[in-house]
Amino acid sequence: MNPLEKPAAGPETRAEEAAPPRPLWRDEFSVLTGEERYVNRRQFGKFLALASLGMFAGNLWILLRARFAKTPPFPRVVIANAAEIPVGGARKFHYPTETDPCLLIRIDETTFVAYSQKCTHLSCAVVYSNLRKRIECPCHQGVFAVADGSVVSGPPPRPLPRVLLERKGTDLLAVGLQGGEA
Amino acid sequence: MLERSVLPRKQRSTAIDGAIALIAILLIVQMWLLSAALEAFLGGHKETALPAAVISGLLLAACGALYLLIERVDRGGR
Repeated sequence: MNPLEKPAAGPETRAEEAAPPRPLWRDEFSVLTGEERYVNRRQFGKFLALASLGMFAGNLWILLRARFAKTPPFPRVVIANAAEIPVGGARKFHYPTETDPCLLIRIDETTFVAYSQKCTHLSCAVVYSNLRKRIECPCHQGVFAVADGSVVSGPPPRPLPRVLLERKGTDLLAVGLQGGEA
Repeated sequence: MLERSVLPRKQRSTAIDGAIALIAILLIVQMWLLSAALEAFLGGHKETALPAAVISGLLLAACGALYLLIERVDRGGR
């Protein structure tokens, strides 16, 4: 027999041809070092792609909340008597629910403003400083303007949600909430 | 059916590295987009939710395409 001649297909060769396809675990847990490098990077790529799917799911959730979440109608609630609060004074109340603390501030004789008392940074309770004429967060030195609740300085990323007020005689009514997720 | 890659091993390796780097960059953009959309939503600006979701979907599609490229190049090398 010529040594260069290929041997005829023996029983082993036929067994290889008939072998079932390589199982998935062999791909994922390769025993060859060179292949393992490929597998590791492919797994990392798969992890990144799944993380991307997670980010998309988060954005989709925000979209669904923005489109379909029903905003409950805000109640009209008497929160204070105007005569009870001195100029430069403040009073705490809860609106729209008992778990939402808010701050009512009398800026001058005729002007009242009210904001959520939760700092938009990490939800610490903000307080009104009549001395500096501003709203301050004692936790991380966040400062908000008393006139419109906008951020003056510090880490808060957003203005304070504003409680819409109405005056009925001497009574002050909270009628809605502006800004912030309802 | 994935076609067998004709690239030499070194080029396959470079292609996979490049694709992973691109996916990582796109993922960082998506993370920023999610945090910005959430920030705007919590601030009461609901109009940003739709464009953010659309762009995030496009980035996901790009990441998916790059991952399929990695699969194709990697499987083709075996």
